[in-house]
Amino acid sequence: MSGIPHDHYEPKTNGEKWLNSRLPIVGLLYDTLMIPTPKNLNWWWIWGIVLAFCLALQIVTGIVLVMHYTPHVDLAFASIEHIMRNVNGGYMLRYIHMNGASLFFVAVYIHIFRGLFYGSYKAPREITWIIGMLIYLMMMGTAFMGYVLPWGQMSFWGATVITGLFGAIPFVGEAIQTWLLGGPAVDNATLNRFFSLHYLLPFVIAALVIVHIWAFHTTGNNNPTGVDVRKGSKAEAEKDTLPFWPYFVIKDLFALAVILVVFWAIVGYMPNYLGHPDNYIEANPLVTPAHIVPEWYFLPFYAILRAFTGEVWVVQFASFITGGIIDAKFFGVLAMFGAILAMALAPWLDTSTVRSGKYRPMFKWWFYLLIIDFFALMWLGAMPAEEPYATFSLIASAYWFAYFFVILPILGVIEKPLALPETIEEDFNAHYGKADADATPAE
Amino acid sequence: MFKKLAIGAAFAIAIAPASTFAAGGGEQHIEDFDFSFEGPFGTWDQNQLQRGLQIYTEVCAACHGLQYIPLRTLEDLGYSEEQVITYAADNFEVFDPEEDDFRPAIPTDHFPANTGVGAPDLSLMAKARAGFHGPYGLGINQLVKGMGGAEYIASLLDGYTGEEKEEAGTVLYENKAFPGGWISMAPPLSEDQVEFADGHPATVEAMSEDVAAFLMWTAEPKMMERKNAGFVGVLFLTVLSVLLYLVNKRLWAPHKGKTRKD
Repeated sequence: MSGIPHDHYEPKTNGEKWLNSRLPIVGLLYDTLMIPTPKNLNWWWIWGIVLAFCLALQIVTGIVLVMHYTPHVDLAFASIEHIMRNVNGGYMLRYIHMNGASLFFVAVYIHIFRGLFYGSYKAPREITWIIGMLIYLMMMGTAFMGYVLPWGQMSFWGATVITGLFGAIPFVGEAIQTWLLGGPAVDNATLNRFFSLHYLLPFVIAALVIVHIWAFHTTGNNNPTGVDVRKGSKAEAEKDTLPFWPYFVIKDLFALAVILVVFWAIVGYMPNYLGHPDNYIEANPLVTPAHIVPEWYFLPFYAILRAFTGEVWVVQFASFITGGIIDAKFFGVLAMFGAILAMALAPWLDTSTVRSGKYRPMFKWWFYLLIIDFFALMWLGAMPAEEPYATFSLIASAYWFAYFFVILPILGVIEKPLALPETIEEDFNAHYGKADADATPAE
Repeated sequence: MFKKLAIGAAFAIAIAPASTFAAGGGEQHIEDFDFSFEGPFGTWDQNQLQRGLQIYTEVCAACHGLQYIPLRTLEDLGYSEEQVITYAADNFEVFDPEEDDFRPAIPTDHFPANTGVGAPDLSLMAKARAGFHGPYGLGINQLVKGMGGAEYIASLLDGYTGEEKEEAGTVLYENKAFPGGWISMAPPLSEDQVEFADGHPATVEAMSEDVAAFLMWTAEPKMMERKNAGFVGVLFLTVLSVLLYLVNKRLWAPHKGKTRKD
């Protein structure tokens, strides 16, 4: 499967040969698990395992929660309380599932920004990157629909606001919104279809995760230097890599265990910290909450959505040229999805031939600014839509787009990168010294 | 540099929940009461919960329901099965569809809902309000002091200034803890309104705390079990982390220059 030369599975016994000639599944698992992995991977490379764990955790806890949940507008809220009070360990299951969603997004954001810094999106890993972005989009959809299921006030009003975005599409918007909701407003039909899709999408994500892994197992992992593994011969490749099992499995499991200490402390001691108190009030279509705030992981893009009001000249200009078809609301929706699309297009917007940000003296600073920008947007997304937050949101949103559409293309042309290490082995030895075990007379 | 920034960033994610941003508005004053159930090792004060139940039954229940709470769970407050049976039958009537009539409540029933005067149900009130917010939309206050749902309830009950005004035919009462400062609920508690069997003083402040603690229990009855699970899990995962650290170190040692391979 991998382009890096390494030992493949050889069936030895008659039984193994029998199975292998009919279904080479053992070989597939062996090659997947033993894939040569650049040995200089740092701790930013552990989040993939955390993400895989999160997906499994959410699916397992979710399946059990479904056994006790009732998707009906009159019963959903009470069935959650039934889980919290009467189901054995139900309070833990639900709190793990709730906070598991947050861990999932913490992990995915770090995973994405790691890719952005080390240039993991660049050739030949564009497909891995695009699949990853699709997974991220599906995660957002799944999390959003899951948040609606407890049928609290934020569930209901969040669903009303977000599905309202589709209503902003010119001409067909209202029809699409009605079709999505299954009626003129968020109601039982909406709750039921969200429940159905919330159960379905994680399995679609699981399938995409397999494709994601397949893609980067074909190209091989990126690494902190961005330098390719030497593929001339098996001996050469072995100087740059170590097999995934046991070296990276154990390393990743260690990191996962540390992360789970923090996660478990949050579940055990402050499970509602990341939630919103209003969601412990049953949904009431007649009472609008004072502030409708999405979950923290949507806030950066929510800020971009709200930043483009009718007072911004770009919006007025867009409205003018399209004869009013693109109004402020639709512009905001386009900006929000555009912000995610910008990330997806990074492989073609970045003109630099050097992958890793470590060797790009100018890029580094713009990247750090992007991280700050991301947190600024997250903060602004939760603040009321008034001054000075509106202006800040606009500036922060503008930087987000500028980073991808202006800075990345220009930097590749004007920046003079630092010298790259010749090989991964050289980078690894520079960090850890040269192991006697690896020494050969030729060196 | 990247590492430091990203660690700071990850920390910022951890401390910035959406909930803390939605401030109630107005200048609320929420007292940071020192409840026995707070902190990783805090436990319920059973006597306090019993006093809280008594206050709820004699005062709050006139207008507020507790529709999500099964009466049988009162055994968790230290009552015997017989006491719960008597309590249910003496205090509440529920509508029985089979008899097509009201009958005295039994432990398998829930506390009745009470929508008579439009007062909110109190089952989850201690989780449906946050006492602490900010600062500046960052979640630091909740991280340090907790969500403050019980504090909000106690502060509200003890927060009446005595001022009242009439607006559109409704009398509003000034309250230091209520968002906006004016609440339509008349001051529910007064000194010595309730007589406790254990002779505990019944000041407005003491009763406010008792009923707030009771409502924290109704909102989160499994809090002690949850914290216990948290403690065991953290301990177990810490040991697992240490073991995996050692395995990892040993596994990689031959490939790193500082150790020799035997």
